[in-house]
Amino acid sequence: MQRIKAYLRAMGAIVWKDLAAELRSRELLTSMLVFALLVILIFNFALELDIKARDSVTAGILWVTFAFAGTLGLNRSMASEKDRGCLDGLLLAPVDRSAIYFGKAIGNLIFMFIVEIIVLPVYSVLYNTNLFQPGLILVILLGSIGYVAVGTLLATMAVQVRTRDIMLPILLFPLAIPVLIAAVKASNGFLQAIPLAEILPWLNLLIVYDIVFIATAFMVFDYVVEE
Amino acid sequence: MAEKPHLLKILDILTLVLMFIATGLVFFYAPVEKIMGLVQKVFYFHVANAWVGMVGFTVAAIVGGIYLWKGEKKWDIAGFAAIEISFVFFLIAIVSGSIWARPAWNTWWTWDPRLTTAAIVELIYAAYLLLRRGVDDPDRRERFSAVYAIFGFISIPLTFVSIRLMRTIHPVVVGGSDAAAQGGFSMIAPMKVTFFFSLFTFSVFFVDLLWHRIRLGVLENKVEELRWSVD
Repeated sequence: MQRIKAYLRAMGAIVWKDLAAELRSRELLTSMLVFALLVILIFNFALELDIKARDSVTAGILWVTFAFAGTLGLNRSMASEKDRGCLDGLLLAPVDRSAIYFGKAIGNLIFMFIVEIIVLPVYSVLYNTNLFQPGLILVILLGSIGYVAVGTLLATMAVQVRTRDIMLPILLFPLAIPVLIAAVKASNGFLQAIPLAEILPWLNLLIVYDIVFIATAFMVFDYVVEE
Repeated sequence: MAEKPHLLKILDILTLVLMFIATGLVFFYAPVEKIMGLVQKVFYFHVANAWVGMVGFTVAAIVGGIYLWKGEKKWDIAGFAAIEISFVFFLIAIVSGSIWARPAWNTWWTWDPRLTTAAIVELIYAAYLLLRRGVDDPDRRERFSAVYAIFGFISIPLTFVSIRLMRTIHPVVVGGSDAAAQGGFSMIAPMKVTFFFSLFTFSVFFVDLLWHRIRLGVLENKVEELRWSVD
């Protein structure tokens, strides 16, 4: 019990540190947000989003936006640890290494959620659709968890690589394909009001993906930060 | 560098002989398929290539796990060798599949589960090769490669299932029900012999190449160690 408490406290401290740093600099969230809005803007011109096309591609646009903005955030969040030697400091701390992973992952997840919470109403207003549906929120929750779970681990690797600015998307996107497909399909299902029985396989897939990759990342994180 | 082992020399010759026989079987023994004609013959080597690709990726994931557990360099060399070879074989499988698909499906490419998964798998291992090139420190490179090989391998079934939930038109050769409608066919005895002989041949070919590549990897490692000792 004592150990679990200490573990949670270490995790919480890292999340708190990330949030406090972000509150002061605001560089991560602002850049993620501006980037997300730009992506939506570009899609508007690229796809000629008239009222007909909108219904079928909304889910896709949302997830491309989240994925791109998420990559930006993941990269920045790990790079700032690496640049200022914070990662070494964290590793010196007498806590389980996986607590560092979960702390960073939860921090990244919170940033991603904040961006999503702002993008949803903006998209709703710009394209006159209602995106605030409980089903869609659930999909966004599950999808973001899987994306960030893999992304945090790969970002930790990517920032230690010579070509680090370009490495994260190359490593992350092929592995994130299942989560993106399932999330797009499930989001689309909820937006088009398809019966729940047909959406369920996609939700199951998202849950399986989340569990499998959180478990794997938990097991291998030690090897990624070892010096 | 140690002298080339006798067993490897024998394996080289065996691979060569098997390759000749397999090619002969494909061209002269296996009958021409009734509907698709000659182009169906690409199938024997196509499946064998894809098979070798998947075997190599599986080997790399297992070996990656062993590397993380034991931390010995030889496992990293073996894993890298397996992925490099399989990357090429898998590419050949994709291209030969395209050659078959053009007359059979009337298109070079279609977004069917197996084709899409194959393309994504190829990209995963392209990322693996890029990752390796991006890390200078050997110890770190080995750990990262092992982790990525495991991650990539785990994601393959998930990718396949996620795309499979949409429809497929790829023929299911073993155990398919309405295969003929998708350009599939049922194999008669000489076809089966050729098919399984090709699989066997390519498996031997893979082992032979893997052995050579591991020996090359050991050499590379020596060169790198020398370079570090000079710096």
